[in-house]
Amino acid sequence: MSKQILFVLHKPPYSGAYAHEALDLIMTAAAFDQDVSLLMLDDAVFQLKSQQNPESAGLKDTAAMFYALDVYGINKIYVEKESLQGKGLVASDLSQAVKQISRQEMGEFMKQFDVIL
Amino acid sequence: MAAGHEVRRVFFYHEGIYHAFKHITPPDDEINLTRLWSELAFQHGLDLLVCISAAQRRGLLSEDEAQRQGKQDNDLADGFRIGGLGQWLEAVIESDRIITFG
Repeated sequence: MSKQILFVLHKPPYSGAYAHEALDLIMTAAAFDQDVSLLMLDDAVFQLKSQQNPESAGLKDTAAMFYALDVYGINKIYVEKESLQGKGLVASDLSQAVKQISRQEMGEFMKQFDVIL
Repeated sequence: MAAGHEVRRVFFYHEGIYHAFKHITPPDDEINLTRLWSELAFQHGLDLLVCISAAQRRGLLSEDEAQRQGKQDNDLADGFRIGGLGQWLEAVIESDRIITFG
């Protein structure tokens, strides 16, 4: 049985194991043929910011981690428009093309999913 | 549960795994959530499942896992068990509602 699952992320990069563990959930769901989408809210928009260069601190670039999801066929990545604007970012600051959903559209957008996590 | 709902599983992930630490010892005037979980599990037969990788990352090892890793430890509180993301997804698929706390 396949469900439409929306993963909502809200924390910035380098919040401990948060991004890594979220990716483990996402890849598990995709591996078992679930229909997976991601939504970046609030500080989570920074997860996709290009040119993070955290390697000198022994950390992994989270944008590269999310970019790699495409290999597993996970390419429905959304950001909340107001979150992006609120952090002073524009679409070209992100490492990949994403669909923007406005706060006003969010309720209607979320209705299509069986599960929101 | 009082309203008649069936709780399929409680899955502990991210910082949530700290609920499962056996030796958590708050001061007497503070709530001991771990003990409350254990009591709830025994009263209602709840399946309290702790993600193995999230747990090990934070130093929570069951006796079995500790032995496998060549360590001496036994951190898992009564009523909890160790599991993996496959069991998380199984519960997500089987349940008609999923609630995330925190």
